[in-house]
Amino acid sequence: MAKDQIQYVTAPKVDDNRKKYCRFRKNGIKYIDYKDANFLLKFINDQGKILPRRLTGTSLKFQRKVAQAVKRARHIGLLPFVTDQLK
Amino acid sequence: MNQYETVIVLTPLLSEDVAKEALAKFKNIITGSGAEIIAEDNWGLRKLAYPIEKKASGFFHLTEYKAEGELINKLELELKRDERVLRFLTVRLDRHAIAYSEKKRSGAFNKKPKKEEAGA
Repeated sequence: MAKDQIQYVTAPKVDDNRKKYCRFRKNGIKYIDYKDANFLLKFINDQGKILPRRLTGTSLKFQRKVAQAVKRARHIGLLPFVTDQLK
Repeated sequence: MNQYETVIVLTPLLSEDVAKEALAKFKNIITGSGAEIIAEDNWGLRKLAYPIEKKASGFFHLTEYKAEGELINKLELELKRDERVLRFLTVRLDRHAIAYSEKKRSGAFNKKPKKEEAGA
């Protein structure tokens, strides 16, 4: 066995220094429009599922509003409930 | 009095006149009870994200109005009874929503909404 080959028990953390932030807090957005489907696309994955806070960095207060807006958009047919390859 | 907005999705099978007449009917229900219409926006024919009643598209119409709460029941009952309506959604607007829609109407988002830039 070659000694210079380093092995890790867990995958090494690639340093990503960018801290997540809530874009609504940062930009002072107070209302999330359910009619703006293109904007809501940023908060759903390509199956049409709502992305978790841990991925988007949204604060809890606005995550609730995002979820509400996505659900409203789904109801009036602006966003799908389920799909493949939305993006 | 609260401020509400209603999105109505009509069947794409209607002719323009029939669609207009249907929307006029709902408008009459709103204005008839002493409510005040603030804004209307017709989005025209839009593709639906998923088929509703086997239709792939629909006529979207948005109405913003100030009304007493009792009107909503009456209006939604009429919407439910009308077969030309695929979907509808009524939302009470809070003050942030009112500020947002006023800004939108005044054309402040003309280049690109602020939100869009933030997320890019």
